[in-house]
Amino acid sequence: MSIDRADIEKLGELARIHISDENAQASAKSINEVLALVDQLQAVDTTNIEPMANPLGARQRLRLDEVSETNRREAFQAIAPATEDGLYLVPKVIE
Amino acid sequence: MTWETVIGLEIHTQLATKTKIFSGASTEFGAAPNTQACAIDLAMPGTLPVLNAEAVRMAVMFGVAIDAEIGLISSFDRKNYFYPDLPKGYQTTQLERPIVLEGAVDIQLDDGSTKTVRIHHAHLEEDAGKSLHEDFHGMSGIDLNRAGTPLIEIVSEPDMNSPEEAVAFAKKLHALVVSIGICDGEMAQGSMRFDVNVSVRKKGEELGTRTETKNLNSFRFMERAIVQEVERQIDLIEDGGKVKQETRLYDGDTHTARSMRSKEEANDYRYFPCPDLLPVEIDQAYVDAVRASLPELPEARRARFTDSYELSAYDAGVLADDVATAAYFETTASQCGDAKLAANWVTGELAARLNSDDVLIQHCPVSAEQLAALIARIIDKTISNKMAREVFGAMWEGEGEPDAIIEARGLKQVSDSGAIEGMVDEVIASSAKQVENYRNADEAKRPKMLGYFVGQIMKASKGQANPQQVNEVLLQKLNALL
Amino acid sequence: MHNLTLAELSAGLGAGEFSSVEVTRHFLARIKRLDANYNSFITITEEQALAQAAVADQQRAAGSVPALCGVPIAHKDIFCTDGVRTSCGSKMLDNFVPPYSATVVENLAAAGVVVLGKTNMDEFAMGSSNETSYYGPVKNPWHTDCVPGGSSGGSAAAIAARLTPAATATDTGGSIRQPAALCGITGLKPTYGRVSRWGMIAFASSLDQGGPMARTAEDVALMLNQMAGFDNKDSTSIERDVPDYTANLNQDISGLTIGVPEEYFGEGLNPLTEQATRDALAELEKQGAKLKSISLPHSHLSVPAYYVIAPAEASANLSRFDGSRYGYRCENPADLRDMYMRSRSEAFGDEVKRRILIGAYCLSAGYYDAYYNKAMQVRRLIKEDFVSAFNDVDMIAGPTCPNPAFEFGAKGDDPVAMYLEDIYTIATNLAGLPGMSLPCGLVDDKPVGLQLIGNYFDEGRMLNVAHRYQQVSDWHSRCAPGID
Repeated sequence: MSIDRADIEKLGELARIHISDENAQASAKSINEVLALVDQLQAVDTTNIEPMANPLGARQRLRLDEVSETNRREAFQAIAPATEDGLYLVPKVIE
Repeated sequence: MTWETVIGLEIHTQLATKTKIFSGASTEFGAAPNTQACAIDLAMPGTLPVLNAEAVRMAVMFGVAIDAEIGLISSFDRKNYFYPDLPKGYQTTQLERPIVLEGAVDIQLDDGSTKTVRIHHAHLEEDAGKSLHEDFHGMSGIDLNRAGTPLIEIVSEPDMNSPEEAVAFAKKLHALVVSIGICDGEMAQGSMRFDVNVSVRKKGEELGTRTETKNLNSFRFMERAIVQEVERQIDLIEDGGKVKQETRLYDGDTHTARSMRSKEEANDYRYFPCPDLLPVEIDQAYVDAVRASLPELPEARRARFTDSYELSAYDAGVLADDVATAAYFETTASQCGDAKLAANWVTGELAARLNSDDVLIQHCPVSAEQLAALIARIIDKTISNKMAREVFGAMWEGEGEPDAIIEARGLKQVSDSGAIEGMVDEVIASSAKQVENYRNADEAKRPKMLGYFVGQIMKASKGQANPQQVNEVLLQKLNALL
Repeated sequence: MHNLTLAELSAGLGAGEFSSVEVTRHFLARIKRLDANYNSFITITEEQALAQAAVADQQRAAGSVPALCGVPIAHKDIFCTDGVRTSCGSKMLDNFVPPYSATVVENLAAAGVVVLGKTNMDEFAMGSSNETSYYGPVKNPWHTDCVPGGSSGGSAAAIAARLTPAATATDTGGSIRQPAALCGITGLKPTYGRVSRWGMIAFASSLDQGGPMARTAEDVALMLNQMAGFDNKDSTSIERDVPDYTANLNQDISGLTIGVPEEYFGEGLNPLTEQATRDALAELEKQGAKLKSISLPHSHLSVPAYYVIAPAEASANLSRFDGSRYGYRCENPADLRDMYMRSRSEAFGDEVKRRILIGAYCLSAGYYDAYYNKAMQVRRLIKEDFVSAFNDVDMIAGPTCPNPAFEFGAKGDDPVAMYLEDIYTIATNLAGLPGMSLPCGLVDDKPVGLQLIGNYFDEGRMLNVAHRYQQVSDWHSRCAPGID
């Protein structure tokens, strides 16, 4: 499978990465090279093979429902780009 | 042309855990912005989720309460999209293997019949934060206290055919999750939020294109939104148009919905299994233990109310479905000693006031104990039902205990037979013409003629005469003149 | 002093031959004097290091202390350090000072180590050459025209240049073992879940694993003793006791069966690297190990599977870097979308962007089954190869990398050629197995490494084999030319 410039732009939109006109070509080329490598997977018969998400097949451990966190807003917001009245500020959210 | 409406619901229910689904930060409502958003909730780099055992237990509890199959192995997936209230850039949810599988809920319709609404599944997921749109120099403010609050999203099959059915279903689920203690049910705080999928079709035809209306956080909004959407779709089709598959957003201020995005613009969420969380495995013994710990369900309570309090099926339904109403009723009934009267008051006067003032019974200004004390004064004939309504009104306004109000307003009913006899004699003496008519009337017509005399007597007593006694004495004296 | 191993420094501190403050000053001075040649550090934490050293000296004077008390190390700049900038090699986090520390950092701090600074790395650990760092490439101390390997190139180069006796590192597809091999040091990637990932900035969550780097297997064991352990903050952490990894270093290895996978000696392997590897295997044989040829038939699929799984996970893991709450935000964003687009485009480098796009593609509607799901199935096949191999052998050995260090820019335009440098290391990450690299020779005066792959949680035996090899070889103690 290979992707073209329009695909790259669509992916850029999904991933919120701007693809400049001058980079689109090179981007598509290098990504297609990687996809060609990855396409070797298609040759393998994986019928009835269960996908493996965790190498050890471990199970989720559960946490007790006890409050363990304290208010550290000041420390967290000290490293934020923009805050006011305890809120994180971002450009206006319009739906 | 008859149209059929097809409705399915997705209900986001906040679980009443103490902490977030994946962090140890508090979920308490109303804290100052971002004071309950810890490093995990803020998606600080390198932080990792660990699943809250209580969220799992509550989800399973919901599952056993609706007799659903439980996913003994469930798992979490990442749903990827960018939004400021979603700090990780993905929502951790359950797509492939939810914890609650097919189940069903019965709803009672107004005509007394019962309808089964199937539950497709319910899954665990994390809530998002909140964007505050007040103007901060042209910016939006983000509060992430709510981010990571555990939710179960309950997804119904499209089994409802009217706004009323949808509301009945939503109320039923509300009553259920509150009854079993997994949700506080505070709709105004967003503890339960509805997305409705609506389509219309002509009877017998295939399913129409559906729209999804999001962001409905009250039963009324939901009902209005469905009514509006059904009308919109029918108008559209009758005008030769087509319904577009789209997501619509309901605005509770203007009571209108508008298109948010069409199917073409729909996000590609790129779901995949969350590698930071492992499959959740529970065994049958765990499920059985949760089942054994289930409190009384509304259904069972309804049966008990009909049996032990001899209530009508209708009253039992109204009182038993909501756990807070049921508790209120049972306290009132046991303290006043007359379940039937208690039921009449809770379903009548009390329900009407709660409804007109839009107050939850949890926040009712008149306690069950106070109502019981009021009903006790009806039983011991201190006051009439009519007077009791006046006293209740005063109690609602916070004027205090019923006895004090009765005293202060001089509302004691006159049950002194001597006084009543005197009043009856006076009225008979001053109503010679009416007495004459009564005597000459057919026997069958006489009872109807009593009304005049009773009215006069009650007027003379300023409404305080015991109406039952007045009736007895009057009848006795008039018949003596025959 | 800088030629002493961690174990020797610990012994010297214990014997009172020198103080931690003296050792710390010595290494700090070396870093300041020499690191301009290698660019192996992003941040030097001089003040903190000296304060930690002073505390360590007091603790030592007061009584018994852990072995590593007062010994200086460095942390890869992927581990969050409370109050110290943690950049992950990216412009995105150039201004990021976390108010919390990684569990690995806390575990080592609890043992009393002194932290000299944070080491350079490929941006978000995406790279095999350290050329993708926002802070410029790290140079290989053996040959400064050549790459040190990546992504833990800063840690490896700093150790090779004797700027620190040991360092933490992480390995997602070979990022500990490949730079260890290329810089002539020893590094170990533990079993997945052995070392906590809390506070370690995620690249690909199901593959990432922290581990130690040092010059000798003994030092690696000392480090791992402190780094390993269950952490209830990491759901994938394994609840299992940590053995003393130094306890069995000297154990006899006769009778041990070492599997030699034929797939690791095929086309693409530099013949001189092959020779060095075979010589090392012969040495192990001489010590009584039995060599057995084995097959890992799905080996050729590990790079393709990896370049679906790792980018897919990374594409989601890196979504949090959106300019909202920390890190880089572009100037004067016009609207929300503009803030996302420009913050991410301006602050992520090309390789990171490429992998995010590949990941998004592999997960997008219509391609999930063909790519992501398929890769996860192949991942199981790869794991099963190892599981069945370990029915017959106790350990697996082969080359760490197909070639010694290459020159800067050699693979600049060809991501696939770069990716294939990790061809022997990636499978262990996919399977979650422990792997390590130890120096086993020089090819064109550049180091090459022997890779050991153990069964799950068999780090102790791998360290034992490595240590025994290092008792009869001196590749690990050789010094890059020009380093005194």
